[in-house]
Amino acid sequence: MTKIIKNRQAVADDYTLLKLAEGEVAETVALPAGAVLVPLAVWVARKTELLARGTPVGVWLDAGEGPEAIDADLAQLPVIGVNFPKFVDGRGYSTARLLRERYGYQGEIRAIGDVLQDQLFLMARCGFDAFALRADKSIEKALGAFETFKAPYQAAVDQTQPLFRRRAA
Amino acid sequence: MYRYDHYDQALVDERVAQFRDQVARWKAGELSDDELRPLRLQNGLYIQRHAPMFRIAVPYGMLASRQLRCLAELGRKYDRGYGHFTTRHNMQFNWPKIEDVPEMLAELAKVEMHAIQTSGNCIRNVTTDQFAGVAADEILDPRPLCEILRQWSTFHPEFAFLPRKFKIAVNGAREDRALTWFHDIGLHILKTDDGLVGFRVIVGGGLGRTPIRGEIVREFLPWQDILTYCEAILRVYNRYGRRDNAYKARIKILVQALGVVEFARQVEEEWAYLKGGPATITQAEYDRVTAFFGAPAYATLPTIDETFVAQQADSVPFARWVERNVRPHRIPGYASVTLSLKKPGIAPGDITSDQMDIAAELADAYSFGELRVTHEQNLVLADVEQRQLFALWQEAKAAGFATPNIGLLTDMIVCPGGDFCDLANARSIPVANAVQARFDDLDYLWDIGDIELNFSGCMNSCGHHHVGNIGILGVDKGNEEWYQITLGGEQGNDARLGKVIGPSFAAADVPDVIEKIVRFYIAQRFDDERFIDTFRRLGADPFKVAVYGDKARLKAAA
Repeated sequence: MTKIIKNRQAVADDYTLLKLAEGEVAETVALPAGAVLVPLAVWVARKTELLARGTPVGVWLDAGEGPEAIDADLAQLPVIGVNFPKFVDGRGYSTARLLRERYGYQGEIRAIGDVLQDQLFLMARCGFDAFALRADKSIEKALGAFETFKAPYQAAVDQTQPLFRRRAA
Repeated sequence: MYRYDHYDQALVDERVAQFRDQVARWKAGELSDDELRPLRLQNGLYIQRHAPMFRIAVPYGMLASRQLRCLAELGRKYDRGYGHFTTRHNMQFNWPKIEDVPEMLAELAKVEMHAIQTSGNCIRNVTTDQFAGVAADEILDPRPLCEILRQWSTFHPEFAFLPRKFKIAVNGAREDRALTWFHDIGLHILKTDDGLVGFRVIVGGGLGRTPIRGEIVREFLPWQDILTYCEAILRVYNRYGRRDNAYKARIKILVQALGVVEFARQVEEEWAYLKGGPATITQAEYDRVTAFFGAPAYATLPTIDETFVAQQADSVPFARWVERNVRPHRIPGYASVTLSLKKPGIAPGDITSDQMDIAAELADAYSFGELRVTHEQNLVLADVEQRQLFALWQEAKAAGFATPNIGLLTDMIVCPGGDFCDLANARSIPVANAVQARFDDLDYLWDIGDIELNFSGCMNSCGHHHVGNIGILGVDKGNEEWYQITLGGEQGNDARLGKVIGPSFAAADVPDVIEKIVRFYIAQRFDDERFIDTFRRLGADPFKVAVYGDKARLKAAA
């Protein structure tokens, strides 16, 4: 079983990531058994069916898809994936912050796609708590990334007060 | 100026460790070139024509003498004994080795300097007016708010991978000396009649291949809200800015595509959630930072120093230098001095390590140990006693800093161009030097008067050619270097873009063309009329005729 980083530890991944291959469509794609992380389009088309399975189901948002698309469903989703098609595509950072700070989402937010060690610190600050590191990279080495900076300046999800308010205290 | 506390210091030290590890992993083959690229760029490190180019931040232009000495030492140890000041308060070295850069960063960290976010698709070094804090027309010293913005933008977790680079400029005086209309965000500090302080917020300006003057998104924003408001602007940009085409990825393209009204609506909608949140600046933080920018221990002096007046009467060269390179100061008996880095024959903005040491000594001796870097690529000693100016001038002259050409034709803004930069289409330094050589007669140069000549080696416009009264742009035509001329650009409150006057020229013809333009101006001007005012009065057509002859005349008539 593949591993992911969750809460700063390497753990077994319970979910199967479903991606639509060329020619597959949301309405008819075969759903893998067990816990599954499905694309937004599959969730929208087959929400009732997915919930009726009785096994955990999460949705992953692509870089151009925002949390607005699932805001009414958040309570039903234990995991939301946020895809980074390329690690230099930074839209997912805003998606995670919005999920946590605007929509109050408490479940797992998992970075998927081109997820690399050198971005983990920033992702964690934005509210990601799970990371499906790119398969060719070492999870053990990446675990050190969360300690890169001990007291960053800005308020974010992990530290809700900016340094200037903590300095003053 | 601002001094780091243990928090600030820890962040730059941790940054050094992070980059050291990244370079080690790259050397070990654990990081690919593509994976390292944005990481090294966010530490100012490019791979260039000859070697890496390393860009160091001088936040909002403030430089302490000990910091300049560190730059001098880096130049000697890791480069070829010189550095280059850019148009955005940065210093660039052109010859370091990648392997040396972590050590260079470690040495910079010891003097509270860094190269954080001097490149890459992130929030860049915040820039401002080089006369901040001493200008007579100042509304409010912008530097405390620049420092607060610097801290907020440093390693901002949400905005490290934007569609494209993002530049912020702040101006706190009545006259805009920070090119705010041509930044991704331009901020004007305002004071209302009731004494409220805030910003006019301009978004979507920029030069580059699609030059656009920014648009006002908010006429007045209370200063406490600037961080939350910037977060709203950046979030809209991060989510909706184009990522499919690097040439259309700047925020100016998004503002144009949506229209400023719709863009502003989206920003305000986003801001409604952020307004009043924890990033709202506290009075305590503003006061803490402002305390670092308090007035130095000025002496009590007469408004006009009699010796200084007599020295000008005695020495024409000194008087000329005073007229061009010395500015009035808000404190009686003081003046601000620009050290010219535009000595003809030298690459504009270049400074040797030995000169850096001398400039640091001058700062210690005459200006409370501080300097400023200007976007025109010169250095400023902001707080000099009038009675010391003559001595300073003599020392500056010996060091090659006293060319009395500030604001004159040879004080050009010039990018490094094809001699150094990978992006350039054409060389800029030798052509700029050829133009300087053509105007080497000081009397003639003085007679021409105020004129801004800006020169870029390619469309990326690092040399700000779009806003030069005369702009020169290097273009590539069939693998040959050609130069396109624009006229009528201007910085300041009435900032506007110049327009191309016609077909481009070979390098050898550029000095002739500039001379034709200048001669025509001199023939046409009224009394003390500046070049740009004559140009505005006459329009471009007669200048085109002066350059291209009858061909342009026929075209104008058609």
